Amino acid sequence: MNAIQIADDVRSGRRSARSVAEAALAAVAAGDGDVAAFLLVTGDAALAAADRVDEVVAAGGDPGPLAGVPVALKDNLCTKGVPTTCGSRILDGWRPPYDATVVDRLRAAGAVVVGKTNLDEFAMGSSTENSAFGPTRNPRDTSRVPGGSSGGSAAAVAAGFVHLALGSDTGGSIRQPAALCGVVGMKPTYGAVSRYGLVAFASSLDQIGPFATTVADAALLFEAIGGHDPCDSTSLDRPAEPVSGSLDAGVQGLRVGVCAELVDGVDADVAKRVRQAADALAAAGASVREVSVPELRYGLSAYYLIAPAEASSNLARYDGVRFGLRVPADDVAAMNTATRTAGFGPEVKRRIMLGTYALSAGYYDAYYGQAQRVRTLVIRAFDRAYADVDVLLGATAPSTAFPLGDRVDDPMAMYLSDVCTIPSNLAGHPAISVPFGTGDDGLPVGVQVLAPALAEATLFRVAAAMEAAAPPTTGAVAAAPGASGEEPVR
Amino acid sequence: MSGREPGHLGRDEVAHVAKLARLDLTDDELDRFTGQLAQVLDHAADVAGLDLADVPPTAHPLPVRNVLRPDRPVPSLDRDDALAAAPDVEDHRFRVPRILGEAP
Repeated sequence: MNAIQIADDVRSGRRSARSVAEAALAAVAAGDGDVAAFLLVTGDAALAAADRVDEVVAAGGDPGPLAGVPVALKDNLCTKGVPTTCGSRILDGWRPPYDATVVDRLRAAGAVVVGKTNLDEFAMGSSTENSAFGPTRNPRDTSRVPGGSSGGSAAAVAAGFVHLALGSDTGGSIRQPAALCGVVGMKPTYGAVSRYGLVAFASSLDQIGPFATTVADAALLFEAIGGHDPCDSTSLDRPAEPVSGSLDAGVQGLRVGVCAELVDGVDADVAKRVRQAADALAAAGASVREVSVPELRYGLSAYYLIAPAEASSNLARYDGVRFGLRVPADDVAAMNTATRTAGFGPEVKRRIMLGTYALSAGYYDAYYGQAQRVRTLVIRAFDRAYADVDVLLGATAPSTAFPLGDRVDDPMAMYLSDVCTIPSNLAGHPAISVPFGTGDDGLPVGVQVLAPALAEATLFRVAAAMEAAAPPTTGAVAAAPGASGEEPVR
Repeated sequence: MSGREPGHLGRDEVAHVAKLARLDLTDDELDRFTGQLAQVLDHAADVAGLDLADVPPTAHPLPVRNVLRPDRPVPSLDRDDALAAAPDVEDHRFRVPRILGEAP
């Protein structure tokens, strides 16, 4: 069962939205104790929303393309009157006065929101261990992290609690957890999906995007949330990119570049899967070649100056005045300091400090200004590469899911988890992670497809072709690695 | 390249940055953050060392321009809704402790 089938069943009256919602809530109740994907389950509201969908169907109406499909929301997406924490003590108990645009659009499409998912505090992290409310565990192996920062949404889909979820991706926070949990995760072109109601981390990098178990489901969710929104000044003034219609178009004649910088340096078992995915695309008719985009190597350093700089500015709003935590003190400055000191966790403090430093007088040119110039280099390098190929192929993450606690005391090691995903954020380009077999440890591997701005239709086409040829991501530990091609490509 | 040379982050500097960011760090945190931030900045040295004088900076992935709409009144966030989440409110305003170091 997938989201498309559920929506078909609900729209045609074969199955009630209520029964679908009840099944999802029961699955969460039975399984989330071990996974901790959810910070909040909104059961009553979900059942009420499902009943409204059923009423529309009973009255002969069409509740929309996501009719009755249960959806989970990363808890940095504002939900009116429903707590939105960002995984932070500083927003514990805060109830937003409005819904994010993507939440409005989900409801308009007939989807049923079942709850809010865990995340690294303010989406800063790659393992979901930075949540103030405890870590989420990887459903494929609960001793491992689910990735992050959208680890709760990825885990909720991977565990089968919901078929669809939304996350946000600033440096890989959708694609990396999707890879580690063995589900599909996609970051749209910057501006393709409204950020209105997404709590800001780094505004020039943040994008909301879908998680799903299949490429077709992810495409459907992307179409439902995309398109212009006057409430977001960076929203592109164009309708949602249609992508579902061309999923079956195949890759005959498409030019695919296997990007050396996104393969060399990742774990050998992960690199092997990327090569295997490239072979599968070649077998399906694509023209595959090796490409090198050397400037991508600078992406990580530039990102860890730009994103903290923007974060230090965005998070200045948490001052104990208008919403969230206040720790009382004698004057405003002392109250601000006491509130922020008590409300933010260590990783958020680290990034605010890094950003404040990178923007401070005397260092601005050397760090922030220089990082912005590198951003130009990365964009130009992509432009050069896309003159010769339609899409790029690489690993999503350098390794499979790592053990809980493994990298919490080593921020630099954690940051390196994002090395393959960051360039697309710097350039504002779309990218998708598709499950493609397992690593030597039997855990899922994600292969990433990258495309130029607004080339979502091509991106999803390639993803669908890869999915059709992908070895399973579940089951027994994979056979020992050897020469490529030993595992039959279906 | 104007400004100071990067790569000499010390404990005093971290303490100063914390003050600017309105964060109060313990001695232990100061020690830990100094080492960790220095490590990230060391990694950034490959970027800081590039000669990019001729490359323009990118602040945003898209060409950003002013977005205007017709000047028509539309409903906005209700005042009481805006104040509902505030830690302290008085006479329809956000209430805060004294702003200056001494009472007015």
